[in-house]
Amino acid sequence: MARGYRYFEAIEKNAALLGVLTLVMVSLGGLSEITPLFVEAHTVAPAPGVEPYDALRLAGKDIYVREGCYLCHSQMIRALRAETQRYGQFSVASESVYDRPFQWGSKRTGPDLARVGGKYSDAWHVQHLVDPRGVEPESNMPGYPWLAAASIDGADIAARMRALRTLGDPYTDADIDGAAKAVAGKTEMDALVAYLQGLGVDNEPRPDAKASEAAPK
Amino acid sequence: MQPRETYNDQVVRLFLLAAAVWGIVGMSIGVYAAAEMAWPALNFDVPWLTFSRIRPDHTFGVIFAFGGSALIGTCYYVVQRTGHTRLAFTALANFTFWGWQVGCLLAMATMPFGLTQGKEYAEPEWFIDIAVAVVWVSFGVVFFGTLARRRIRHIYVANWYYGAFIIAVGLLHIVNNIAIPVSLTKSYPVYSGAVDAMVQWWYGHNAVAFFLTAGFLGMMYYFVPRQAQQPLWSYRFSIVNFWALISVYMWAGPHHLMYTALPDWVQSVGMAFSLVLLMPSWGSAANGLLTFNGSWHRLREDPAAKFMVLALVFYAAATLEGSMMAIKTVNSLSHYTDWTIAHVHSGALGWVAMITIGSLYAMAPRALGQPEMHSRRAMEAHFWLHTAGTLLYVISMWAAGVTEGLMWRATRPDGSLAYPFIDSLIAVKPLYVFRWFGGVLILCGMVVMAWNLWHTAAAARAHLIKPIPVPIPEPEPRQVPAPLPAYA
Repeated sequence: MARGYRYFEAIEKNAALLGVLTLVMVSLGGLSEITPLFVEAHTVAPAPGVEPYDALRLAGKDIYVREGCYLCHSQMIRALRAETQRYGQFSVASESVYDRPFQWGSKRTGPDLARVGGKYSDAWHVQHLVDPRGVEPESNMPGYPWLAAASIDGADIAARMRALRTLGDPYTDADIDGAAKAVAGKTEMDALVAYLQGLGVDNEPRPDAKASEAAPK
Repeated sequence: MQPRETYNDQVVRLFLLAAAVWGIVGMSIGVYAAAEMAWPALNFDVPWLTFSRIRPDHTFGVIFAFGGSALIGTCYYVVQRTGHTRLAFTALANFTFWGWQVGCLLAMATMPFGLTQGKEYAEPEWFIDIAVAVVWVSFGVVFFGTLARRRIRHIYVANWYYGAFIIAVGLLHIVNNIAIPVSLTKSYPVYSGAVDAMVQWWYGHNAVAFFLTAGFLGMMYYFVPRQAQQPLWSYRFSIVNFWALISVYMWAGPHHLMYTALPDWVQSVGMAFSLVLLMPSWGSAANGLLTFNGSWHRLREDPAAKFMVLALVFYAAATLEGSMMAIKTVNSLSHYTDWTIAHVHSGALGWVAMITIGSLYAMAPRALGQPEMHSRRAMEAHFWLHTAGTLLYVISMWAAGVTEGLMWRATRPDGSLAYPFIDSLIAVKPLYVFRWFGGVLILCGMVVMAWNLWHTAAAARAHLIKPIPVPIPEPEPRQVPAPLPAYA
């Protein structure tokens, strides 16, 4: 022990050295696991057919985040048989490239929503969000009736789209200029329902998107 | 008589008070949220009472407001005692107290009203993040400033853990919260999708590692030997565990994302490191428990020691469970279920809360100028309330989690799914009631502790306590750096 310990003793008696070595050791994990993801194309690039959220669905997504829906609902169908059987095709990384923050969730008090779009009618969603037990008597989901009374600020949504464009989301000037018109007269309920109805529909990668466009209808 | 340097226990007492208050606030919100899971009409259609809005208030309140206040307070107490020196920068230390309280209050007051980044355990919006970062850096300056003026050359291992806690949490907080503000109340993270998921769980998992483990291990390494009245079982073992723990933990984040769209190699690396992590975790738990060798009789008379021993047992149990849940096969069953909730709470209520309560009971009389806590019977009552509540909570959520996991994957002989989703919720609903009741018991225990601390602090409230003089050791011959002279 004695000889090797001499060197170690220096760490035990020098706060600066101890601090620097600690910083080095705690940095390794993150550097190794996070930085490669930035360059791994399929986790960063959207698949063909996956577009940024339009104004109304963007408003809906931000309401989903604000209300904390992700605390009880995941949007991540794992590559397991029981999951694909219940919820549909497993989720891939290129579906969530426009999600800031990501919405994969960590707990399912309610079911996964990654592909909920189109499974229920708009009217069902509205009724379910206002009074969940009116639709599903055993549900323990809280009601969100205030969404139906709240309107959306078009200028705010345009500002959000501009911020997202600085982060790299490909919004055009036309998208941003048209945002106020797209959400005019809509309630937060309309926006949230539009967002839910797009899940697994509007963000589903279509490997054959280009091919089908070329093919005659 | 020469004026003597004294310990700065004033700021320690403030943090002690804050911890007692935030403990009750954070756990009350938890109890209410648990009640809403069982009786969902309890949100009365009021936005800021709704489960999904107050859940971040519960997690932030118990982790950062309660845990943070206890950690910073004990850290200031320990770094002074183990260095035989007064806390550096008295005014800055007071700023860290008020800054931390204002930061917590702002976060807790904004989140229920929808101001959230939507990243778990990092919900407060960007302007609060910046304020918290400033306070955190100040905390680091006070801590390392105090180390710099210590009179004992050797840095005691508790300070290693506190130091790593400060450095790593600062790093995690800043990297995870990088965002572009749209307005005062809304921002977007610079990361998206899979990258955001990885950054978030690198943060989330290591908030557990460095806030809820390294920091509390610092507490453990000082107060357990103190309460056992024995030296640490193996000092060298504590150092080995330190380097292993801080370097391995940082790799384990991807186990929160098993079978997701995160690239497979990251999941596998995360699983491998999560298994290795069991060794330093059990090493630390064993070191603490074996320190009680030769003084196990203290468990009969000292409730603080009882809290500490049970905390270490829960630490060993929760870390074993955590490593097992990181195995992909196990994770495929446990993930997204209430098993995760059980695991978190066996760590948070069993390990974190118990080591905190034990340490507060050990520290409070000394910081408050009393020979012992006001009421030993109240400490006893708190111990049993907390233990019973934790067991009730954890066992009911284990049962719920396994039930959900099995029902979600159950198939009929023809291969079709056996249960619609709602059936799993109906099956676990009674367990949500048991969990809520466990939470009520724990909350009652916290109220008993607050009452006990209030009476123990009678002299402090009347401004009757004298500051404790710092014992100035004889300097070693030719000591470098030369020890500070004593001053008033």
